[in-house]
Amino acid sequence: MAGPARKEHRLEAGARALIAAPAIWLGAFFALPFLFILRMSLSDPASAQPPYKPLLDLSQGFAGVWTFIQGLDFEAYQTVLTDSLYLGALGTSLKIALLGTALTLLVGYPLAYAISRSSRALRTILLAALILPFWTSFLIRVYAWIGILRQDGFLNQLLLWLGAIKAPLEILNTEIAILIGIVYSYLPFMVLPVYAALERQDATLREAAQDLGASASAIFWRITVPLSASGILGGCLLVFIPVLGEFIIPDLLGGSDTLMIGRLVWTEFFANRDWPVASALAVLLLAILTLPLILARSRQEKAGGLL
Amino acid sequence: MITIDNVTRRFGSVQAVDGVSLEVRAGEFFSLLGPSGCGKTTLMRMIAGFEAPDEGSITIDGQSMQGVLANQRPVNMMFQSYALFPHMTVAGNIGFGLKQLGKSRADIDAEVSALLAMVRLQGFEDRRPNQLSGGQKQRVALARALARKPKVLLLDEPLGALDKGLRRETQNELKRIQRETGTTFVIVTHDQEEAMTLSDRIAIIRQGRVAQIGTPTEIYRKPADSSVAAFIGDVNLLPFAGASGGRLHLTENGIVGVPLPVGLAAGEAIIGIRPEAISPSELPTVNDTGLRFDAVAKRVTPLGAVQVVDLVTVHGQQLEARVCADLVVALEKPQRWRVDLSQVMVLRRAG
Repeated sequence: MAGPARKEHRLEAGARALIAAPAIWLGAFFALPFLFILRMSLSDPASAQPPYKPLLDLSQGFAGVWTFIQGLDFEAYQTVLTDSLYLGALGTSLKIALLGTALTLLVGYPLAYAISRSSRALRTILLAALILPFWTSFLIRVYAWIGILRQDGFLNQLLLWLGAIKAPLEILNTEIAILIGIVYSYLPFMVLPVYAALERQDATLREAAQDLGASASAIFWRITVPLSASGILGGCLLVFIPVLGEFIIPDLLGGSDTLMIGRLVWTEFFANRDWPVASALAVLLLAILTLPLILARSRQEKAGGLL
Repeated sequence: MITIDNVTRRFGSVQAVDGVSLEVRAGEFFSLLGPSGCGKTTLMRMIAGFEAPDEGSITIDGQSMQGVLANQRPVNMMFQSYALFPHMTVAGNIGFGLKQLGKSRADIDAEVSALLAMVRLQGFEDRRPNQLSGGQKQRVALARALARKPKVLLLDEPLGALDKGLRRETQNELKRIQRETGTTFVIVTHDQEEAMTLSDRIAIIRQGRVAQIGTPTEIYRKPADSSVAAFIGDVNLLPFAGASGGRLHLTENGIVGVPLPVGLAAGEAIIGIRPEAISPSELPTVNDTGLRFDAVAKRVTPLGAVQVVDLVTVHGQQLEARVCADLVVALEKPQRWRVDLSQVMVLRRAG
């Protein structure tokens, strides 16, 4: 009796060790830094090194801790939530993230569909072609878009040469340029999960639908799309979350009037040296990002594990 | 109802279906029976419209199916895996085909309840496929395939995934529903028992060709050749050792004294005897023209109502007999056995 019981116990310990590794990783590299940020967001700016106060003075013992706690306040949050600059940036970020995610889905779904329907040999090539650009630096790829989109860039030259336009279009430094950059940069994050969902779909389900009189479009909208919902949801989250805090694309391709929250956090940290406000922005951003994840999670539970 | 005329389908260099012609009559329960890879599934997929024949034509209810897509054929199919839509309820699955016809919500609901009643699954409307047992899934798949009132229902290995107890019940259900709806049922199966119990007629498919078409009894009693005889039930095969040579008897070279059927050369002939046709000679018989031979019982295997006796004749030939379980068979003792003349089948040798 003791044999199997002990074995089970050992297994349990092994499983615990397995879970402990990522838990320690998350604790050290996510939870702990987040606590620093949280503590900074509750502080006040100071012209010192580090540029915020109060500082925890442990030499005074319990009294020191008490003074420290008393020094914390929500002033930075108050600034962020009442100043139209921050709220506006938050709104712009949400708008661009939602629009960018929708456009990426619009471009990515047909792409994923085409890859999943192509022959095995072609599929490998197409998937490689999709991922290959990622071997170059993200920064360089976004920079390259400046050359394409600017007034005398490749796109305008091509359109002028084709006679499609009479005067060069102003694309660079607009929201359209940001959206182009987002769709280009985040396409694989949409295509791969949607492709995975489409690829494991049982082809006999589509045959069954066809057998029951469904047209090609009915099969697509009533069978293929609903059964790839998990991939769509996954892809949208993978695009929406990083785009909301995106800094490089709006900074390089967007105009000075498109203020996104990622850019603002950078400005507050490095230009204004207002670390508490920057931290408060970062904490709020995280709170906004957690929301869609919780919604997705509850949807998953409601669907009975279908997604 | 279905006329298949000289249909051929190739996949690369493989001739999956090779010049098949057959006719399925209206209201019939027809089986395409053959081992896996014989082309029966390809044939069914061509009837459903998922594959197109390379040569030949398929006509359903007088209409040529040339260029008619699967979603426009008067045919529905029950898939082997059932292929129920996992994201829809039972009612959604059954109503799917009706929705494509543009019927109103109320009409669909009424028809779905009627179909659920027919397959005895009332109250299951809101279940999801993953909440159903195998037998229930099968009945939902059947109801879904019958919803559009097809002229022909195709069933791919309908009993294959069910356990033994459920098979019997489902068999009777399928027969009942086929009678009630008057639909022509075509099943595809590799299981000869499934085909025998369900079908009015069977087409035996072998290597892409039709080996024989007939009622289950016809095929069992008068198999087209030795391989059909072995595929449908068990058979003892003995060499054909000449039509003349006097009275029917067993020699060391095989069976002598059976007349050859017309069109069969002596070199192509082989003798088939069903195990249940062999009985101890002392049992009373109707006439006395049968085959008699001496053999020793080497082993007896009881199978409930019958027992299987492994015999070795005086010439060393091994035969299997199937006799009543009440009969006492002495082992290792020479005994006289007999087979009625009508049970000695002269077959074309195949394979």
